[in-house]
Amino acid sequence: MMSLDASIEAHDVSVLFPLYHGNSRSLKKLLVAAASGRLAEDQQHRVVVRALSDISFTLRSGERLGLVGANGAGKTTLLRVLAGIYEPVTGSVRLHGTMNALLDPSMGMNADLTGRENIMLRGLYNGFSGPMLTRLEQDVIAFSELSDFIDLPMRIYSAGMAVRLGFALATAIRPRILLMDEWFLAGDAGFMEKARQRLEEMVRAADILVLTTHSDEIIREWCTRVMWLDKGCIKADGPAADIMDQYAGTAAE
Amino acid sequence: MGYCPEAMTIQGSAAGEDTVHEFFSGMSMAARHRFAVIDVLAGLRLWRLAWSLGWLDIRLRYRGSMLGPFWLTISTGVMVGSLGVLYAALWQIPLHDYLPFLALSQVLWGFLATLVGEACAAFTESEPVIRSIRMPFFLFAMRILVRNVLVLAHNICVIVVVFLALRIWPGATALLAIPAVPLWIVDALAVALLLGGICARFRDIMPIVNSVMQIAFFLSPVIWRPAQLKEYAVWLPFNPFYDMLEILRSPLLGEAPSPLVWVGALGYSAVLCGMAWLFFMRSRGRIAFWI
Repeated sequence: MMSLDASIEAHDVSVLFPLYHGNSRSLKKLLVAAASGRLAEDQQHRVVVRALSDISFTLRSGERLGLVGANGAGKTTLLRVLAGIYEPVTGSVRLHGTMNALLDPSMGMNADLTGRENIMLRGLYNGFSGPMLTRLEQDVIAFSELSDFIDLPMRIYSAGMAVRLGFALATAIRPRILLMDEWFLAGDAGFMEKARQRLEEMVRAADILVLTTHSDEIIREWCTRVMWLDKGCIKADGPAADIMDQYAGTAAE
Repeated sequence: MGYCPEAMTIQGSAAGEDTVHEFFSGMSMAARHRFAVIDVLAGLRLWRLAWSLGWLDIRLRYRGSMLGPFWLTISTGVMVGSLGVLYAALWQIPLHDYLPFLALSQVLWGFLATLVGEACAAFTESEPVIRSIRMPFFLFAMRILVRNVLVLAHNICVIVVVFLALRIWPGATALLAIPAVPLWIVDALAVALLLGGICARFRDIMPIVNSVMQIAFFLSPVIWRPAQLKEYAVWLPFNPFYDMLEILRSPLLGEAPSPLVWVGALGYSAVLCGMAWLFFMRSRGRIAFWI
């Protein structure tokens, strides 16, 4: 089968968050939204938050997009839309190529299960079977250096061990389109050299990277293009260095 | 470095083939239907995951317990034993007739009621997964089914013990129960999709469902026998729970179920599946926002 170039096309994507349950998460969203004037009512007079409005862009193979913007600007929501978790209220998103989204460091992990069981579950979530599962297991066990702990419940792991396992799992699967939230790069002061290498390899192996971050340094190092989101709209989109200079300018004011 | 990079070439999708994801809005009925079908097929393809999740749910629920799910078997057994003796005496029915009926009813009702109760949390209990990876929603319905079938498999021991102890053998008529099994499975999945979605959107539905099931337990012939209603028994086929229980229970007790019961079971199932599908078609894209 001929391999198509990886690509992402988004047309007029809007996402509205309905506020139904008044839980802490939506309450926080409500406050952020109220402060930024993004509260609205939909046709059925429900209160909604406009998280993204009319976002359009195209990413071709080789492009590395950094998403920047203040908290609540819609960066993570846009990642979730690209990952197919939130379906847009208007507009469409089309992705060509295998995709993996690193959004939640503990995705699907259960502290009561052993490391090995968690690896198996993650593999199954990704649709692996048989030999693929075995390879995933070997790869993650080798990288996380958990040795005998792999067959003990994660509950008893030290914080460092749990992080190593989570990191090894997240970076074991090499997609053509990689969507990454900033948590993944957080606290890399004590990041082992080995982990950094592995992460960079995964990023390099991907045809398209979409990354949210606050770190100027990471954007300049990894991204070719930057999209600046503000209150759910694209404020600026262009070559990384140009946009970051603009962005740094306003942030300093 | 002790780590070998050759092992790190796992591709993002099972076969490493090209994948296309499309997410649209404002879809027509036909498009919604197509996306719902895709969801169900993708869910079925993940049967290994559904099996593992259901199995791990049971294992974790009974973590550290010596007998594990057999505690349920014991409690069902004690319940059937004591209720059986009590009601056989109260209603003056021979224990030999009543006990097999009660064992079957109690185990089947236990499955049905627990499944309906857990169906309400089908999507809300998986919130962290739904919010961090795109998964077919049908997967979570399958997980509920697997979990409850595993519990049912443990409880079947009670029925087997009662039948062996009383030396009852339903004979070839029991084979008539076989067509009821796929109907129960389809209905269970439909209930999980329907209630899972509704309860994610409206958090008040879950307590209502629980009270309805409580009332249904007393209004349906679970501990009392249909024949005890005498002339009013003709109205029983209107009770969907009666129809569903009867198509499985009566063949196992050695009686062929009446065609009317099958008509009722198929009719109610069609209504249930139709409602579940319509709701799932509309709600599938919204569930991630609701939970």
